[in-house]
Amino acid sequence: MSPPGRPKGEYRSAQQDTSPASLDRSVRLHPNGHATMALVLVSLALAAALLFSPLATPEAPVGPLFWLLTVALAVLAVVGIRRLAAMETRRIYSSLTAALLGIWILYFWQLLVVANDVPRVLLPAPWLILQSLLDNIGTLGNDFVQTVAKAVVVGWLLGCSLGFMVAIAIDRLPFLQRGLLPIASLTSAIPLVGVAPIAVMWFGFEWHSKAAVVVLMTFFPMLVSTLAGLQASNRLERELMHSYAASYTRTLWSLRLPSATPFMFAALKVNASLALIGAIVAEFFGSPTSGLGFRISVEATRMNMTLVWAAVVVAAVTGSLAYTLLSRLERRVAFWHPSVRGSK
Amino acid sequence: MATTSDPAARSSLAQTLRVQGLPVAVVLLLIFVSWYGLAIALNAQGAIERDLADTAWTWKDLVAASWSMERPVLPAPHQVLLDLWESLTGWPVNSPRNLLFHTFVTAQSTLLGFAMGTVLGLVLSVCIVHSRTLDKALLPWIVASQSVPVLAIAPIVLVILGSMGLAGVAPKAVIAMYLCFFPVTVAMVQGLRSPQVIETEMMHTYAANRWQALWMLRLPASLPFLFPALRVGVAAGLVGAMVAELPTGAQAGLGARLLTGSYYGQTVKIWSALVMSALLGLVLTAAMAALERIVLRHRRQA
Repeated sequence: MSPPGRPKGEYRSAQQDTSPASLDRSVRLHPNGHATMALVLVSLALAAALLFSPLATPEAPVGPLFWLLTVALAVLAVVGIRRLAAMETRRIYSSLTAALLGIWILYFWQLLVVANDVPRVLLPAPWLILQSLLDNIGTLGNDFVQTVAKAVVVGWLLGCSLGFMVAIAIDRLPFLQRGLLPIASLTSAIPLVGVAPIAVMWFGFEWHSKAAVVVLMTFFPMLVSTLAGLQASNRLERELMHSYAASYTRTLWSLRLPSATPFMFAALKVNASLALIGAIVAEFFGSPTSGLGFRISVEATRMNMTLVWAAVVVAAVTGSLAYTLLSRLERRVAFWHPSVRGSK
Repeated sequence: MATTSDPAARSSLAQTLRVQGLPVAVVLLLIFVSWYGLAIALNAQGAIERDLADTAWTWKDLVAASWSMERPVLPAPHQVLLDLWESLTGWPVNSPRNLLFHTFVTAQSTLLGFAMGTVLGLVLSVCIVHSRTLDKALLPWIVASQSVPVLAIAPIVLVILGSMGLAGVAPKAVIAMYLCFFPVTVAMVQGLRSPQVIETEMMHTYAANRWQALWMLRLPASLPFLFPALRVGVAAGLVGAMVAELPTGAQAGLGARLLTGSYYGQTVKIWSALVMSALLGLVLTAAMAALERIVLRHRRQA
């Protein structure tokens, strides 16, 4: 297949660009797999040594030796990541590559910020952020309960179930569907968070107003996706149900709802991050004395940036955790669906 | 699809209007009617206490009063429209009392950030598609950031840029930029990879180099992926710009307008700012849709 005189490896790499997902499992491990791992570990050890050396303290002036070592480390880091990325046999290497990049970025952030004595207001070092997170774990825990456990969870559940129920309700009314669907799709272009001040006026400063904003933001995506999902079963399948003389509810339950699950889970996942954004931004408009959004906005005006970063970390971890949990749940519920089986 | 110039498509447009126009109109009418009803229900108590306190009133008076309160719980649609009209026509365009001024301020930072974010996303996606290292190491982080409320770092960006002496449009545009950047990058990586193996192999047999393959095959193939991302991005950028206007002392922009309205309890002003921001969002998204139609028109004819 490959043109004569062209090395096989080069041809393969040209192909890989198009379909990186189709990893060829028969290819053997990168010949220097162990060497790469050793390189990565050694460079990490060197990096740690530099970080704890007297060169990288705020007191020591940043001299050419420090920059030389830093640049050398950066080269080592890039080489390590490149070599790790070139290995393609096992899935674990992909996640390892991404994790390594994360580690290096955090490392250089820490190293450069500490060595150059960057003011905390501008950019606090990751270690300080972690410390602030641990020191204020009680406050942030309260904020978490206020924002996530109350506003986000309640609003998300209410908004998603309302969207789902309305979709089921108007499923048999094509006239209403044709009227509602274009309007519901248009709402994605509208900054719905803007209703936050009105929600605060109506429902007070407590979490109820944030939950109301979240309900509004999550309702339309769920409605649109569920309606799209209910149309997802194909004609052949519906005709089969018809020939079994299945009732409307039976068809809905046994065919159309199951085939709608991937659509609904997509909406649930999008809504999880929308709900977090909605609750946090709504707290910028007015809130009681706790909540992640309140913490972020108040501590930012006080220039207490380490705590702001810590609150952002809490929000980010919550978002990705919610996404992971929902993906797991999707695999459990819709394990039979081609979209789930294909991704495994 | 609906607005190409051949007559068949035009008749399908007419049909769409007939099939969809009436239901949409009915739903909109329902919304308006229930809005007026809700306005009576929510404002009645305040109207009785404040406006009708010492007169003998009938139902008619109550309805009229609850639709014309100065600080209603829920203003009736005509009050909002009237306020919008007064603000748009009663003041010069450069006056802070004119909502068009605030809309312009917000649109400016949204579009600037959107343009920067799109360019950044395009460049980065091209790099990711051509570099296995970036694909393996960086792309997972960009994808993961979709599930993280990145808008939460807006106050941090404001503080950092503020302490660097940047104020005005720049911080807002930066926030709009990073909100636009994520969806564009993810969609473009997908789009640049959408050509089939057989097409890339053909480029290969023509001895096309990477840039030629990018320019002639990958970029055209990625356009259908780009435009939905642009629509998402411009809407996200608008939210970003509005949120960025909140803590800056609330001088100008639709977000600042919302905040001042909520400080002083001017419900009607909040609603007209909301309507304005909804219109702005719709116009920006419609502009993206129009751009898509113009750019992809030739493709459909081919």
